[in-house]
Amino acid sequence: MHARRGNSDGKGRALAVLAGLTMLIALYMMAFYVPSDRVQGISQRIFYIHVPMAWDAFLAFFIVFIGGIMYLVRRSPGWDQLARAAAEIGLVFTSLVLITGSLWGKPIWGTWWSWDARMTSTLILWFIYLGYFMLRSYVSDRERAARYAAVLGIIGFVDVPIVYMSVNWWRTLHPQAVVDLSGAAMPASMLNTLMVSLLAFTILLGYLLYQKFRIEQAKDRLADLYYEREEAETLAAEGAVR
Amino acid sequence: MSAFGKIYAIVWKDLLTEVRTKELFGGMFLFALLTIITFNFAFDLTIVNSPDRPAAVAKAASGAGAIWVAFIFAGMLGLGRAVSLERDRGSFDGLLLCPVDRGVIYLGKLAGNLIFIGLVELIAVPVFGALFNLPVLQPALLLVLGLGTLGFAALGTLFSVMAASTRARDVMLPVLLFPISLPVVIGTVRATTMILTHQTGDLIPWLNLLGAFDVIFLTIAFLVFDRVVEE
Repeated sequence: MHARRGNSDGKGRALAVLAGLTMLIALYMMAFYVPSDRVQGISQRIFYIHVPMAWDAFLAFFIVFIGGIMYLVRRSPGWDQLARAAAEIGLVFTSLVLITGSLWGKPIWGTWWSWDARMTSTLILWFIYLGYFMLRSYVSDRERAARYAAVLGIIGFVDVPIVYMSVNWWRTLHPQAVVDLSGAAMPASMLNTLMVSLLAFTILLGYLLYQKFRIEQAKDRLADLYYEREEAETLAAEGAVR
Repeated sequence: MSAFGKIYAIVWKDLLTEVRTKELFGGMFLFALLTIITFNFAFDLTIVNSPDRPAAVAKAASGAGAIWVAFIFAGMLGLGRAVSLERDRGSFDGLLLCPVDRGVIYLGKLAGNLIFIGLVELIAVPVFGALFNLPVLQPALLLVLGLGTLGFAALGTLFSVMAASTRARDVMLPVLLFPISLPVVIGTVRATTMILTHQTGDLIPWLNLLGAFDVIFLTIAFLVFDRVVEE
């Protein structure tokens, strides 16, 4: 193995620079380029980070889903490492989506939380993937943890549209004012800002995933080394007894 | 032996064990009953035959929620307990050693769980109706109970086996099962409310939805079960 220093690999650095640059452009557009919403005022600007983060979370959980299927089919630890990495990033983005959504909801709706379909299913999604990590940490055997996590990653992802549909029905059959976000089409400047921000966040996701994936690989390698050392020590101890 | 014969053998084994040890059903049933009674103190659920119709409807709605919470808690208790008992006795390993397809084992276990939870429901529902003066003796309710329990047990059978081989089995099962089975809970509570309040106009779409959930959850659980139990 050749000596490699910390973060000095080319791919990671290139992704970091690219993510940083697009993020700066997106931030500039959010702050100076796009006009404030006529009705919602300045608080509408959180939309340009809220939506891309939701997109990242969804993309990350999709990778967990694919990683889970591929792990169950191929049984190579790489797919599990990828799923693990994506699940953690997805959970972080889901938390941020819930927080930024609440921050926007307070001034606009006058409440931090409302039980509408999208919010409720995001919250359930958050709980499912929290369970994913709990499951992993409570299973001692690494291979079994990977299998169980793969199963949960698959069912959890399939469950998301089902939860959304059922909550939506539950609400629409329940007479209550439902806040509709779609409204009229966006002006071009808003759409541009959103698209740039989406691009920035997608590259950021790629960067985070790349680094996290390498960390998970290193973790497994470290666990293997510990295991090997323990084995060697046990053998040596047995030899000493004889 | 055909697949049905094998499923039947597994169910028969579980029923026989239960008849001899009596470790599952009594506990589940008492638990369901006590949950309903505790709910009575949390919300006033009794329907008085008064002209005040909206209040009666609201109470029937909380009644539907209460009975499903009771069934879900009792069901989860039973699911977790059934697998723990089998793991402790070592009979689950014996079952896995049988020359039987893993999917068949899943279906057999599911059928056993359905019988236990179904029995609890069949006895608890009339008691519930009598205690809170709710019109529970309707054939449509039986259908909703069946569909809801199937969806819940399909996921529960899979997750209980998973949870049983973790270090925190009692905590793990609800953490996995509650969020994922939420669609089934929403569907059954809505449908039960409609039946109890005699507003069955929107019932058919909900029944269809429940049926669709059952098919989806059952298929996935059946497909992935052999990946869960391989040791």
